[in-house]
Amino acid sequence: MATTVDVNGRPLAVTAGPDTPLLWVLRDELGLTGTKYGCGVAQCGACTVLVDGQAMRSCQLPLSAVGAAKITTIEGLGGTHPLQEAWVKLDVPQCGYCQSGQILSAVALLTQNAKPDDAAISAAMDGNICRCGAYQRIRAAIKDAAATPVATPAKV
Amino acid sequence: MTTTSRTLAVPTRRALLVGATVVGGALLVGCSIPDALSAGSKFKPGAFGPFLKLAADGTVTVVSKHIEFGQGNHAGLAAIVAEELDADWSKVVVEQAPANAKLYGTPMMFGMQGTGGSSAINSSWTLLRTAGAAARAMLVEAAAKSWGVPAAEITVANGVVSHPSGKQSGFGPLVAEAAKIAPPEAPKLKDPKTFTLVGTDRVRRKDSAVKSNGAARYTQDVALPEMLTAMVAHAPRFGATVKTFDDAAARKVPGVVAVHKIPTGVAVVAQSTWAAKQGRDALKVEWDETKAEKRSSSQILTAFKDLASGKTPAPEKNGWAAFDSKGDAAKAAGDAGALEITYDFPYLAHAAMEPMNCVAMVGKGPTRLVFGSQFPTLDQINTAKITTALPGSVEIETLFAGGSFGRRANFASDYVSECVHIAKKVGGGRPVKLVWTREDDMRAGYFRPMVHHTVRVTTDAEGYPATWRHRIVSQSIMKGSPAGTPKLDDSAIEGTKGSPYLKATPVVDAQLLIADTGVPVLWWRSVGATHTAYVMEHTIDQLARKAGKDPVAYRRAIYQKAGAARHLQVLDLAAEKAGWTKPAPAGWTRGVAVHESFGSVVAQVAEVQMVDGQPKVGRVVTAIDCGTAISPDQIAAQMEGGTCYGLSAAMFGEITLTDGKVDQGNFDTYRVLRSSEAPTVETYIVASANPPSGVGEPGTPVIGPAVANAILALTGKPTLSQPFVKT
Repeated sequence: MATTVDVNGRPLAVTAGPDTPLLWVLRDELGLTGTKYGCGVAQCGACTVLVDGQAMRSCQLPLSAVGAAKITTIEGLGGTHPLQEAWVKLDVPQCGYCQSGQILSAVALLTQNAKPDDAAISAAMDGNICRCGAYQRIRAAIKDAAATPVATPAKV
Repeated sequence: MTTTSRTLAVPTRRALLVGATVVGGALLVGCSIPDALSAGSKFKPGAFGPFLKLAADGTVTVVSKHIEFGQGNHAGLAAIVAEELDADWSKVVVEQAPANAKLYGTPMMFGMQGTGGSSAINSSWTLLRTAGAAARAMLVEAAAKSWGVPAAEITVANGVVSHPSGKQSGFGPLVAEAAKIAPPEAPKLKDPKTFTLVGTDRVRRKDSAVKSNGAARYTQDVALPEMLTAMVAHAPRFGATVKTFDDAAARKVPGVVAVHKIPTGVAVVAQSTWAAKQGRDALKVEWDETKAEKRSSSQILTAFKDLASGKTPAPEKNGWAAFDSKGDAAKAAGDAGALEITYDFPYLAHAAMEPMNCVAMVGKGPTRLVFGSQFPTLDQINTAKITTALPGSVEIETLFAGGSFGRRANFASDYVSECVHIAKKVGGGRPVKLVWTREDDMRAGYFRPMVHHTVRVTTDAEGYPATWRHRIVSQSIMKGSPAGTPKLDDSAIEGTKGSPYLKATPVVDAQLLIADTGVPVLWWRSVGATHTAYVMEHTIDQLARKAGKDPVAYRRAIYQKAGAARHLQVLDLAAEKAGWTKPAPAGWTRGVAVHESFGSVVAQVAEVQMVDGQPKVGRVVTAIDCGTAISPDQIAAQMEGGTCYGLSAAMFGEITLTDGKVDQGNFDTYRVLRSSEAPTVETYIVASANPPSGVGEPGTPVIGPAVANAILALTGKPTLSQPFVKT
């Protein structure tokens, strides 16, 4: 039975069963592979997406629970989000596998708190594991992006 | 490599040839190893050699013989070529080499192609400089011909070829003509003093954009027409095999297309990842555990300790083996005043972010693998054994991998072989993607070995080591190599062996005992140094404390005696930058450690405080001597990341077994370092004209002892087992 999900601003028809985690719907059915599988039990944050602007672990979100919520994946940020630009500027990624989730958690953080302090960054980012240990640069990139004036146009 | 570098794989020539002949007996006679291992390959390099492609649009493509899984080696490798080529760095891109031992093998790996031992940059240094310089000479000659001017009058800078007459050109328009010119046999390399790119902050990663927008392609992301996804039910104990299985429920899961028994378990093949998982979880498998390892890790550790203490006699065959001895060994047993210390290290999982996975196509045309291959030649050999083909004919497209830390360089190519077995059953060349869950990954073994050290040291009147007795009990990582278990497995002793502290001690009796278990073990970022650096550095601080001496001054004196100039230099640099002689910030205590691995020497000063009974690490000042620095920013990144990886293990890392079953399965039970626990690492690089040495691993083993030494300074108590925090 086809269901419609709103992903990155587009309504998309999917046929996966209602208990299928959104992660696998995005990856296997919609081909949006920027969202990663890391643990399957909401421990690592690699599968983080935005659900109506909130950071959520898509590995633990069954398709049936998505409903009309607006999903944003890393592909939906367009590559020119201030956080993505800060990530590139500071060469944050190492293996890169966790970075989609890291960036989306950071997007949710800056949406709620435009100038987060270290404690706020820790609270928002502790659910996203980086085994390469890029934490120091992730923190620096969040601060760098937060310092970017909101009015700055995206790089063309 | 400069000093104590250890080859990642050290099977003998003979063992390797035997390995190659398993599938191609005719290869042996009169054939070099790289020739034998690449026989069957159809790959041919272009006009500018196997490491470089120049395009008419001016793009410079550097071909990397090494996988990129975080280390930043692609940036460094590209910079080496670009420097000698005088290319425009913004037009340089990196491409992953195909599997071909003849073109891309590494001498230190006996001609096999692979990535490990922190050797990518070092093993490519002269090779890639030469490749860049040769192509530069070809471009210059092409311009000289086309302009009718002497080649000697032409200069190249930042991707532009120029003549004083005003003629100039980018690389693009010259490529077609340059490709017809024979490469010079010994092109002149630059004087490093004239480098304009290498060693500057312009050498930055080429993959940050694709790794920040979701476009980077990992094995997990491979989608091919008709591709099936497989998951495997594995035995709960190492060494068990399938006795019987019931797949009735699995086959009823929508999307499941087949169930196959394979050597490592039962595979469910499905149309999607989720269907494969549902199917796999619905299998009922009965295991034959006749040959399974059923001991708990606590029993294994007790067995190791009893061997070290002599309570259990060593086996007559393959017993204790000395790796450093001088003076009267009886004296090294020490007297009543000796400091005797024992250390225990647990099994560790690598727990890379991307669980192990592979895509294989078998049964139509050459066997083809698409995945993050860390050791393509071994993966070819192991695949060819299953498909009965020439190893060189196995095609491998290497993708980015979501970390490895040693896990993907496996003598048995464990998960690759598993995927090939399934793809062979599926047949027809149909792509099969094997996906391991986090639990599959964590319970599959190939851990950092459990290790026990016993150290007994007596000191002279000044408080410096006079006699040093050292016993190490460990499993052998090299057991799985084609050469079998060496009596002196260097991967278990490196770092104790070669230590300046032993060099400066008059009487030494250091021995290793290899103890076997059924738990598969493997190298884990920085390998032997994961435990030897801790033992040597924490012991030294305990000795300094006993002698009433400052830990930095105590080390300096020993390094001077041992002639360890590079140790001295990084120690002094770290101490100076950390302000060692000044009081630490209020509430913080400093600890220092120094260790050499993979040709590089790293010193760290860590600032530590205890919060709720567990250490919190703040500022970490790092000094490294890694020879010529190619990319200072990526060296810093590796020091930051390596420190986190080492700290994660020292603080929390522990795989335990209960009755042979791995207790941990996911990040809720295998705790790893998180953002709020990460230190702030400052990196200082010693200026050096030596060839570049390792960077990916040397930053990992130093933080553990630096933190333990800070705890010692704070509490007066040594920390004799890891992890510091029991989960």
